Amino acid sequence: MDKVFIISVFAENKPGRLERITKVLSEANINILAFSITSTNGFGVIKFMVNKWKEAYNLLKEKGFTVSMNEAIGIEMKDQPGGLYEVVKILSSKGINIESASVYVAETRKRAYLIVEVDDTVKAMDVLKGENLKFLHPEDIK
Amino acid sequence: MEFWNKELETLKSQKLRQLQLERLKKTILRVYQKVPHYRVKFQEAKVKPTDIKHLEDIHKLPFTTKEDLYVDYPFGLVALPVEKLIRLHTSSGTTGKPKAIFFSKKDINNSADIIARCLVMTGAKRGDILQNSMTYGLFTGAFVMHYGAEKVGILVIPAGPGNTERQITLMRDFGTTMLHITPSYALYVASVILDKGIDPRKDLKLKRAYLGAEPYSEETRKKIEEMLGIDIYNCYGLTEMNGPGVGFECKYKAGLHIWEDNFLMEVINPESGEPVKDGEIGELVLTTLNREAMPLIRYRTRDLTRIIPEPCKCGRTHRRISRILGRSDDMFIVKGVNIFPQQIEQVLMSIKGVAQNYQIILESYDEMTVKVEIDKELFDGKIERLIKMKEEIIDKIRSATMVKPKVELLEPGTLPISEGKAKRVIDNRTI
Repeated sequence: MDKVFIISVFAENKPGRLERITKVLSEANINILAFSITSTNGFGVIKFMVNKWKEAYNLLKEKGFTVSMNEAIGIEMKDQPGGLYEVVKILSSKGINIESASVYVAETRKRAYLIVEVDDTVKAMDVLKGENLKFLHPEDIK
Repeated sequence: MEFWNKELETLKSQKLRQLQLERLKKTILRVYQKVPHYRVKFQEAKVKPTDIKHLEDIHKLPFTTKEDLYVDYPFGLVALPVEKLIRLHTSSGTTGKPKAIFFSKKDINNSADIIARCLVMTGAKRGDILQNSMTYGLFTGAFVMHYGAEKVGILVIPAGPGNTERQITLMRDFGTTMLHITPSYALYVASVILDKGIDPRKDLKLKRAYLGAEPYSEETRKKIEEMLGIDIYNCYGLTEMNGPGVGFECKYKAGLHIWEDNFLMEVINPESGEPVKDGEIGELVLTTLNREAMPLIRYRTRDLTRIIPEPCKCGRTHRRISRILGRSDDMFIVKGVNIFPQQIEQVLMSIKGVAQNYQIILESYDEMTVKVEIDKELFDGKIERLIKMKEEIIDKIRSATMVKPKVELLEPGTLPISEGKAKRVIDNRTI
């Protein structure tokens, strides 16, 4: 089982922030596979899963963004009704709390991945090992 | 514990007060007779030298401000014939004329003697080597330290500031054991030393450094101490009071001893001019008790501090003040509460995840907004952590100032970069 990586960027809630970040990724020909925004009063965190995460991390850092690279687990789900439910059911039965989540649709109407950040990635992966789950490998998204 | 002048440094409190009173009376009489500017000021305040019978009577006398130093510039406050003066130093005036401060031979000698006390108090002795990286020039900082160190028998390297490569070469070649340097430059030199792969604990002989001339936080001290493996002593002085050595830390590094046989200190509310209670923050006011060329009475330093009334473990009876917390001009009022930016700064420095840059924005009289940049290096992608941090900032500022602030977390690099004196308070209030 392999970890995947999420790029998190701190942003003030102001017009143009997402534009600035995505421009950098676009110009470097980096593909965004999944993304999410969490915001609160005044600021937020924008999260991306991309095909070239190390490059994206270094590039954003270099451009002065406040960025971190976080471990995540990609769990395959069917892109059909009940797909998400089945996966989350297993996670909650194992007591794994999702800190952030996004979805990567690999093949529309067929295969998607739930990308989750959890408190302890290694432990969570260990707990999930015996379950009938398929995981996303870093090579799959390169 | 070593002393340079054990008798004076450990003089019993009561005797010290007695000595202060004698010297105060003498000083007041002298300026009244010799300095027309003071005579007029005293007459306007309807006080005569004979009205000063106790130390507390000093409250009857008017303050001296930096404006007094500009009136009758340059010789207006000199109490000696000009041919008895042997040295001029000036203090950079932020506006207009500089402040001119004159020394007699006795004053120079006395300043050096005070520095000798300071150095010995930190464990310095003959055989030490002082690299003096302060500016030699119109600024007093370097000279007085230089003479004081020589008096102790310390080898002085008059390096002056700048040329970091050479600073490091001097340290290596001559085995410098002590530095006299500004905090910001010390931080820079330390980082260059480490960048070069020099291990200060093995490759250098540094033992201690004296940092002054700019306010700096306890966190900065600890950081430099850690980087260089040395002890850092806080020193305080101002050109108007002969330069460094007015206040100095002893080995316990718990506040700066003010040499009370030379200076009479008061801490006042900068708004009202009334004394604050011992231990409360206010503006430091100093009266010279042992200066010949240019005695100054109740000089308002604009520096904020508080008196530490408890006796020090080192045995010196001269009371201590806290590190300088900033300038009294920076004080502002929100919801009727007096607040200093330094109170906010102390809170921010104590919170992990916050960068050093911040700004306080005032839009109305009952609200303040504190803008802080988050620390890039400590960002871990978790928004919960940021929310918690913001709440912590709000709580801690509220308990430090009694005013609940609005807090905005900013991306690093958003606020203007401070070059030397940062503009911390943006007051947009119109009335």
